[in-house]
Amino acid sequence: MQARRLTKCFGEFTAVDAVDFDIHVGEAFGFLGANGAGKTSTMRMIACLSPISGGTLQVLGLDPMRDGPQIRSRIGLVPQDDTLDLELTVRDNLYLYGRYFGLPKKQLRERVDELLEFARLTERADERVDPLSGGMRRRLTIARALVSSPSLVILDEPTTGLDPQARHLLWDRLYRLKREGVTLVITTHYMDEAEQLCDRLVVMDAGRIAAAGSPRELIEQWSTREVVELRFEAEGHQVHGDRLADLAERVEVLPDRLLLYTDEGDATLDAVRSRGASPIAALVRRSTLEDVFLHLTGRSLVD
Amino acid sequence: MSPALRAYQYNLLAYKRTWRGSLTTTFLYPVLYLAAIGVGLGHLIDHGSNKAVGGVPYLWFLAPGLLAGTAMQIGANESTFPVMAGIKWLKTYFAMLATPLEVTDVLYGHLLWILTRVTLASGVFLAVMTAFHTVPSAWAVAAFPAAVLTGAAFSAPVMAFSATRETDRSFVVLYRFGIVPLFLFSGTFFPVTQLPGWLQVVARCTPLYQGVSLCRGLVLGRPGGWDALGHAGYLLVMFAGGVLAARVSYRRRLVQ
Repeated sequence: MQARRLTKCFGEFTAVDAVDFDIHVGEAFGFLGANGAGKTSTMRMIACLSPISGGTLQVLGLDPMRDGPQIRSRIGLVPQDDTLDLELTVRDNLYLYGRYFGLPKKQLRERVDELLEFARLTERADERVDPLSGGMRRRLTIARALVSSPSLVILDEPTTGLDPQARHLLWDRLYRLKREGVTLVITTHYMDEAEQLCDRLVVMDAGRIAAAGSPRELIEQWSTREVVELRFEAEGHQVHGDRLADLAERVEVLPDRLLLYTDEGDATLDAVRSRGASPIAALVRRSTLEDVFLHLTGRSLVD
Repeated sequence: MSPALRAYQYNLLAYKRTWRGSLTTTFLYPVLYLAAIGVGLGHLIDHGSNKAVGGVPYLWFLAPGLLAGTAMQIGANESTFPVMAGIKWLKTYFAMLATPLEVTDVLYGHLLWILTRVTLASGVFLAVMTAFHTVPSAWAVAAFPAAVLTGAAFSAPVMAFSATRETDRSFVVLYRFGIVPLFLFSGTFFPVTQLPGWLQVVARCTPLYQGVSLCRGLVLGRPGGWDALGHAGYLLVMFAGGVLAARVSYRRRLVQ
């Protein structure tokens, strides 16, 4: 998949602003961004649901504007909002979706049984969707997207709103897909999810790509190896921040704590103590994608 | 199987869950109307003069009018709330559009289903009419497609309208100021000649009047040549115009 200066406008508003990216066969590629950063608009263009406003886009070597049905027959889409039919049974939801793809009935019945197993929904197969939990519905939506054995699966915020157990089960299912050679395109605003699942990712901010690379590369490029988090009594964070600024590559002052970005966390913490600063709590941790993300997109609320 | 038929299959499967209740209503509706108004009220009317209703028993006059009116109601009903469900409540349209199906497939599949419902309801209605002995002519067979055409003429434009709506409040307005007045004043229950002059002209121009006149002529064995063709032509044009409008409004709504 290849996008060059890909753009999406809604009237005056530019949701996606001339982005470039390449996604290779078999990799898991992530789009990270806050709400409204343009992730979903990008997904919808890739899934041939939304015409592009400018630039070029190739999906599976085809042109989404011309070959929409052909491309969609080879991709599975997990939309942000479930579009399950709540009044039909779990099995019928899978079966019907397969019929939309024109799969023959006999083959489809076998596929549905496999997918029920895959989504751990076999026992609920003949119940209506309505009473199912959010995690079950999400699993069903993912299973449904796989009914046509797609070579590319697009997941728009697959685990938003799920409890940790449900998220881990979903991740496990996505790993399995990846091992089978399926290309995954994932949008998320959970950094741990991106770190766990994505081989490469881009960080989107206000319709543009702010950074691109593997999670490791992004951390190396945009953050330090480790972070020292210090908490002081009362309002002293700004003062301490100024005093300790030369001990780290970068210092960030938050209302409740101080972050020192450094490659050697323990050494930095020793240096802090040797200056007589006495934080009430101190923590040395590795840099995460979340540090990169917040550094690139800022801490203020977008909406 | 053609893509539109795959979309149609959704409705078939969904109907499997509700067909009992739906068919019972479809059957009871004509029975209740024909018994209460046709037989009950008709008995009083027939004691007076039946010249105005063409010299036939009131029940005979009423039944084909109700047939057309019912086809209109089913056609309109099935094109409002279920369309909103496809777009907003269940989002079934969006599920379909994530597969190889295109917007026109979604539209035609649903339209075909609505026509199926109109056909079922019209068939049941004609069967009940036969049981009430209100079908004096063999021409009545041709009233079946005429009723379906009446329902079709309403369904497509109403689908086009529904796809532009954000909430279902507009449907209440559509019923109160569109469907219900049409049902009451298009010659369904009494001949439009009973209306004051200018209202007669209005009534004769309404789409339901075409359906009622067409069905009544056929059921009573007075098909009426050019008039009938005019009524059928009117309904066909309305259907075709509705389909074109729905293609536009569906695309606008579903592809952004």
